[in-house]
Amino acid sequence: MGVEGIGASVVRKEDRRFITGKGRYVDDIKLPGMTYAHFIRSPHAHAKVKSIDSSAAMKEPGVVGVLTGQQIVDDKVGNLICGWAITSKDGTPMKMGAWPAMAPETVRFVGQAVAVVIAESKNLAKDAAEAVVVNYEELPAVPDIRAAIKPGAPQLHPEAPGNIIYDWVIGDEAAVKDAFGRAANVVTLELTNNRLVPNAMEPRSAVAEYDAAEEHFTLYTTSQNPHVARLVLSAFYNIAPEHKLRVIAPDVGGGFGSKIYIYPEEMVALWASRKLRRPVKWTGDRSEAFLTDAHGRDHVTKAEMAFDKDNKILGLRVKTHANLGAYMSLFSSAVPTYLYATLLSGQYNIPAIHAEVITVYTNTVPVDAYRGAGRPEASYLLERMMETAARQLKADPAELRRKNFITQFPHQTPVIMAYDAGNFGASLDAALKAIDYAGFASRKAKAKSEGKLRGLGFSCYIEACGVAPSKAVGSLGAGVGLWESAEIRVNPVGTIEVLTGSHSHGQGHETTFAQLVAERFGVPISQVQIVHGDTDKVQFGMGTYGSRSLAVGGSAIFKALEKVEAKGKKIAAHLLEASEGDIVIENGEFKVTGTDKSLALPMVALAAYTAHNLPEGMEPGLKETAFYDPANFTFPAGAYICELDIDPGTGKTTFVNFVAADDFGRLINPMIVEGQVHGGLAQGIGQALLENAVYDGSGQLVTASFMDYAMPRADDLPSFQLSHTTTLCPSNPLGVKGCGEAGAIGASAAVINAITDAIGNNKLEMPATPDRVWHAIHGNA
Amino acid sequence: MSTIKLTVNGKAVSADVEDRTLLVHLLRDHLNLTGTHIGCDTSQCGACVVHVDGRAIKSCTVLVGQANGANVTTIEGIAKGDELHPMQAAFRDNHGLQCGYCTPGMIMSAIDIVHRHGGKLDEATVRHELEGNICRCTGYHNIVKSVLDAAGRMKVSQAAE
Repeated sequence: MGVEGIGASVVRKEDRRFITGKGRYVDDIKLPGMTYAHFIRSPHAHAKVKSIDSSAAMKEPGVVGVLTGQQIVDDKVGNLICGWAITSKDGTPMKMGAWPAMAPETVRFVGQAVAVVIAESKNLAKDAAEAVVVNYEELPAVPDIRAAIKPGAPQLHPEAPGNIIYDWVIGDEAAVKDAFGRAANVVTLELTNNRLVPNAMEPRSAVAEYDAAEEHFTLYTTSQNPHVARLVLSAFYNIAPEHKLRVIAPDVGGGFGSKIYIYPEEMVALWASRKLRRPVKWTGDRSEAFLTDAHGRDHVTKAEMAFDKDNKILGLRVKTHANLGAYMSLFSSAVPTYLYATLLSGQYNIPAIHAEVITVYTNTVPVDAYRGAGRPEASYLLERMMETAARQLKADPAELRRKNFITQFPHQTPVIMAYDAGNFGASLDAALKAIDYAGFASRKAKAKSEGKLRGLGFSCYIEACGVAPSKAVGSLGAGVGLWESAEIRVNPVGTIEVLTGSHSHGQGHETTFAQLVAERFGVPISQVQIVHGDTDKVQFGMGTYGSRSLAVGGSAIFKALEKVEAKGKKIAAHLLEASEGDIVIENGEFKVTGTDKSLALPMVALAAYTAHNLPEGMEPGLKETAFYDPANFTFPAGAYICELDIDPGTGKTTFVNFVAADDFGRLINPMIVEGQVHGGLAQGIGQALLENAVYDGSGQLVTASFMDYAMPRADDLPSFQLSHTTTLCPSNPLGVKGCGEAGAIGASAAVINAITDAIGNNKLEMPATPDRVWHAIHGNA
Repeated sequence: MSTIKLTVNGKAVSADVEDRTLLVHLLRDHLNLTGTHIGCDTSQCGACVVHVDGRAIKSCTVLVGQANGANVTTIEGIAKGDELHPMQAAFRDNHGLQCGYCTPGMIMSAIDIVHRHGGKLDEATVRHELEGNICRCTGYHNIVKSVLDAAGRMKVSQAAE
């Protein structure tokens, strides 16, 4: 590797603008003549919209327009869609209820927009919104899964009787039944996977501009996937044809999944900008983020695992109810199915698995992918199951896992996934060593003498990342392919632009991707510019989610670089009068091997563009594009161990140590990888100890601010002890697996397993607040 | 409407604004200093932290009238030309930021923390002091490292001055 090539922890190219306040986020954008949108949102979880009177509001100072849900329907703007078709076990398609961008007739969650006020300033729009009178007729609401599936429950959508969206199964039911019939021991578990709010620090924002002369729209938006946004806005929402719509996602302040989707506010901003012939800006405040950003998780699960007399797993049976909220968000249907149940084999050799997943409508904001998306739910279930089993079977939790680890690769699980590589034992060993497992008993005894309950919890997670082979996901119902594209432009002066369909909103692509170029051409990363987030610049892209940017986006860059290298070598060989096979690239120079003849990259590039002396028949220029469609998912995996103390008097948890041993394949920038793990762990620990989105019985979100929803703060978390083991991913040319979600997938089970170990009571749900832990210790008296 | 006069990043500025205008909106909307961010509406997240007369404050919680005549420093005003403030450099060198959105507020808070605690900072103190700044990306691990690193650098640069 060079000093800036693969494996180098170089500091990030993008940081300077962020640390000097020069980042350019959507809300920083001001356009001439810009107006400001403020949405009128339903205060009710379920209601009929009887009337909207905006006549007084229209007379307020600075008001440009008040637009309603009926107008958006009249203008034939399309309903929001879910892009992944799931089929129920009875063969019927999923039941998608209509979701207009603003509700003309019925609101189904608190915060759903019914109208928008557009004015000359934010404050004037808010002032005028006070004068809009909306008359609602309240309807009974179902705020959670249990309420939604009760016989006689209020119905949300006529399309979905019983509030059931689909009842989907995977695996071999008969084989599982047989496995349980042969079992020496059966371990059962009932779990709730708590509902979370993603809370990227930058609230969602949109600036829409309509150019009447060109009949062309520009949308600046907080998106993880601007091309997907353009495609959906164009193909399904009838905003504008793709060639008349430019979507720009500039600096975006975190996403974690919540900025994958195309939300009503962007649609309304675009639609209104044409209607009013003025640019329209909308920036959500934090309360709106809580009320309208897609939430995550929210599962209720019953599971049982069968073991033989040697503690080998025979089978797993799972039944999960998943809350999808009031409407089906863009990828919501895939999360509790193909991103969840397909990971239920975990790191273990489980011969038979059967899972049933029933998704339900409730009067809550839609639920969709949030960091990990389905895989944290699978991992949490399995790893609590393994820990519970170890206790029930009186086995060492590490050794029970090791006994059941998959050790031969490739490995076909009973639930679709074919793991291509891994060494789960190596990760577990690294974690055991880091935590000093052998010394735990004496540490526990010492803690006890100090009045503390010491616990240790494991979590051996696996995830499917590098989303995803297009043909495979197409066969499972995906409405899109999940390849990625890249373009490499070597400019005539030798600087290099990389245009990528991946989108960075904190992941450091501007550095990591530049390192791929530095590795291949030996040029400093300062000579490389990464261009992303603009549909007018980048040819196409599927965006960033599912830990896919390096494995899929990076592999597209790799392919394009190969093409550039091949053409560059042809040119160099021609100019140096050498055989193409003798050309090697070293430190930014094309050299004839074994001689002192060489040409610097800029000279080769210049020759490509002057085209005065190119090989016969060669096209001028040095610019190549590539589309990369992955051959398989990638399978990052690792072992996390959490050691903590519980104060039995208060139920408060204090971390002693948290170790993470991950296998992400080849690391391009270890510093960035570790940062990704830190952040993921914080979100996993946040779920385990702090975070919980709570709707009351009437469907009001009672945790709708940072004062009520406990975000992890610096003093809630420990410093982490990370290490890496490596098996290269054989399914992509870089050997990489992806690291963005691992922490969030693996951490929560480790924490809860440690707490339940400490207190000796397995009846504990997330978040394990001091109150809940205290009650778990002392009973409910 | 009122005319507000204050010093921002060493420059005298004046603006005619509604009395209800918050300092953060004056900075972002009227002075185009968009490095100061808004991450919440309950004064919890700290993305809007600036220095007013040398103290870290949440600019979303200050009416412009309260800042009249004050000396305000924002993230745009702490580097000396091309030379980064030691706290900025420490955040870059320790990978103390990812999406960058909370970063200006983090840096402004962190400078204040180092000023108040001098060289006596330890990890627990930094974590406790950062309670008013929320980051969703980093898990704080590298932010804590950055602040401790910068505390050392700031001591050195003070000694050199």
